[in-house]
Amino acid sequence: MNLLKLSWKYLVAKPLNTTLNILLLALGLAIITVLLLMQDQFENKMSKDAVGIDLVVGAKGSPLQLVLSSVYHIDFPTGNIDMEEAIGVSKNRLIKNTIPLGMGDNYQGFRIVGTNHDYLDLYDVSFASGSPWNLPFEVVIGHDVAAKLGLKVGDAFVGSHGISSASHDHDEHDYVISGVLEKQGIVVDQLILTSIESVWYTHDEEHDHALMEKAVATTGFPETTEPREITSLLVQYRNPIAAVQLPRFINSRSSLQAASPSFEISRLFELLGIGVTLVQGLAVIIIVISGLGIFIALYNSLKERKYDLAVMRTIGASKGQLFRHILLEGVLLTFLGALVGLLIGHLFLLILVLNYDQGAIAGLRADVFLVEELYLVFFAVLIGVLASLLPAWNAYRTDIAKQLTK
Amino acid sequence: MLLAKSIYFKYEKLLPFNLPELDLNPCDELLILGKSGSGKTTLLHILGGLLKPQSGKVVIDGTDIYSLRGNALDKFRGQNIGIIFQKPHILSALTVMENLQIANFFVGKNTQNTIEINLEELGIADKKSAKLDTLSEGEAQRVSIARALANEPKVILADEPTASLDDENAEKVIRLLKAQAKRLQAILIVVTHDQRVKNHIANQVTIGEVYR
Repeated sequence: MNLLKLSWKYLVAKPLNTTLNILLLALGLAIITVLLLMQDQFENKMSKDAVGIDLVVGAKGSPLQLVLSSVYHIDFPTGNIDMEEAIGVSKNRLIKNTIPLGMGDNYQGFRIVGTNHDYLDLYDVSFASGSPWNLPFEVVIGHDVAAKLGLKVGDAFVGSHGISSASHDHDEHDYVISGVLEKQGIVVDQLILTSIESVWYTHDEEHDHALMEKAVATTGFPETTEPREITSLLVQYRNPIAAVQLPRFINSRSSLQAASPSFEISRLFELLGIGVTLVQGLAVIIIVISGLGIFIALYNSLKERKYDLAVMRTIGASKGQLFRHILLEGVLLTFLGALVGLLIGHLFLLILVLNYDQGAIAGLRADVFLVEELYLVFFAVLIGVLASLLPAWNAYRTDIAKQLTK
Repeated sequence: MLLAKSIYFKYEKLLPFNLPELDLNPCDELLILGKSGSGKTTLLHILGGLLKPQSGKVVIDGTDIYSLRGNALDKFRGQNIGIIFQKPHILSALTVMENLQIANFFVGKNTQNTIEINLEELGIADKKSAKLDTLSEGEAQRVSIARALANEPKVILADEPTASLDDENAEKVIRLLKAQAKRLQAILIVVTHDQRVKNHIANQVTIGEVYR
């Protein structure tokens, strides 16, 4: 027998009350855990996906939409731009490098993105098997695409029009997988990468078979004899001055718009922040109520237990031991609540991730633990101490003789 | 061994109690009789270190117990004084065995063997892992006796231990108390107004005369 066991016995003696208090606290903490996990990984992922991309140039529309579609591949593109115009922009002396992107198709919901080998270098990808594309209709698929669809090097498939699944198929020409990427933990895991030429030729009415055998451009813009379009252009600045001058310069041209990923994403988080703060506030209220619930439960049970406490004193318990006995009960309750809360939080995220394997949530992990979660446990225990302080003090002051003659 | 000297105690607005001088040795038995309100229970609480008298002293085994402060008094009580109340007051969240072990824990003793023997002698060994709500009144009272004896006290105080029991159980309980006190060579003091107990303990004092 010891004090911890004694407190535990008294908790178990009231299973419904104890369970309710634990669950209430756990709920509040689970919400905070999910928010913490998502915020941390989301921001991490968002900034990793945008590394090396200073500016996105595309068709006019919402700048946020342009960034979401071209960098994170979660929204629809704003439209296409004339390649000649894009080449014109890329010759600006403030620009160090550009990567053209061509989008519009998907396979089973995974986006097919036309680009060049610079895109692979940008994310410093490594291949699990195969090699980058060299001919039209050769593709490199991300790890998640390969895992989810069970594809490997040499497999062929037909893309569908549109960037989400269930549109009509382009059945004239099959894509052939030339390489599969290793898990990168970034957006390319979810992409099917190919040359811009592939994207063009899929949509052409007539097929020039000589072109199909010609190697595609591995850097810069592809060569072409006719006017062609691309979707957007990822831009790297040459120097900091570019950040000031370049967006203004491009936006003043009628048909193009420039959007900065870092600026647009901080704007997005600002918008989301209100919602996050609201949910956080709700969680804090739930936690405070659960603290109050624990306080009330202890305080009420003390009325019934004054006799028990007096009896403990007669068999040798000191005032300090009774104080610690009640305090331990509160702490035990909140400690368990914290553990259950963390568990529920991680489970919830796991269910979320399992159900949304494409899009913004994809790539989040439920088996990551943060230091902040340790703070949450401390915070919960602190609540337990606060909630049981007054009941414990009452237990400390129990007048034995008075109690026993009642 | 147990000495109670010139104890003076009064509740606010009430007249002070007239409490006897006591001088008892190991194995002594004493029955304290008196009407309701005569101060029987108050005296027992004073002897048990639960209620500090306004003056006078209680000496047990050479220690003036009210000279002890806070924890020291609680530990002394736990180790040397076993108290049995009119109602059993078993800790409701614990089993019978745990009720006895917690008495051990509070004073840092381990008398598991004694506990087992006591349970056997009190005839409740088969109730070890029972909870309070499954015990009969008589069984519960025997558990509270076992708990009072768990730390092998030098003084056993019983406050109306038979009041809520039928004749058969009352007889049993008083015999058990006497037998256990003998075995532990402890002083046994029983406070009661129960006529059934009178025949068992010869050494008696009656309190209740109030100072004028």
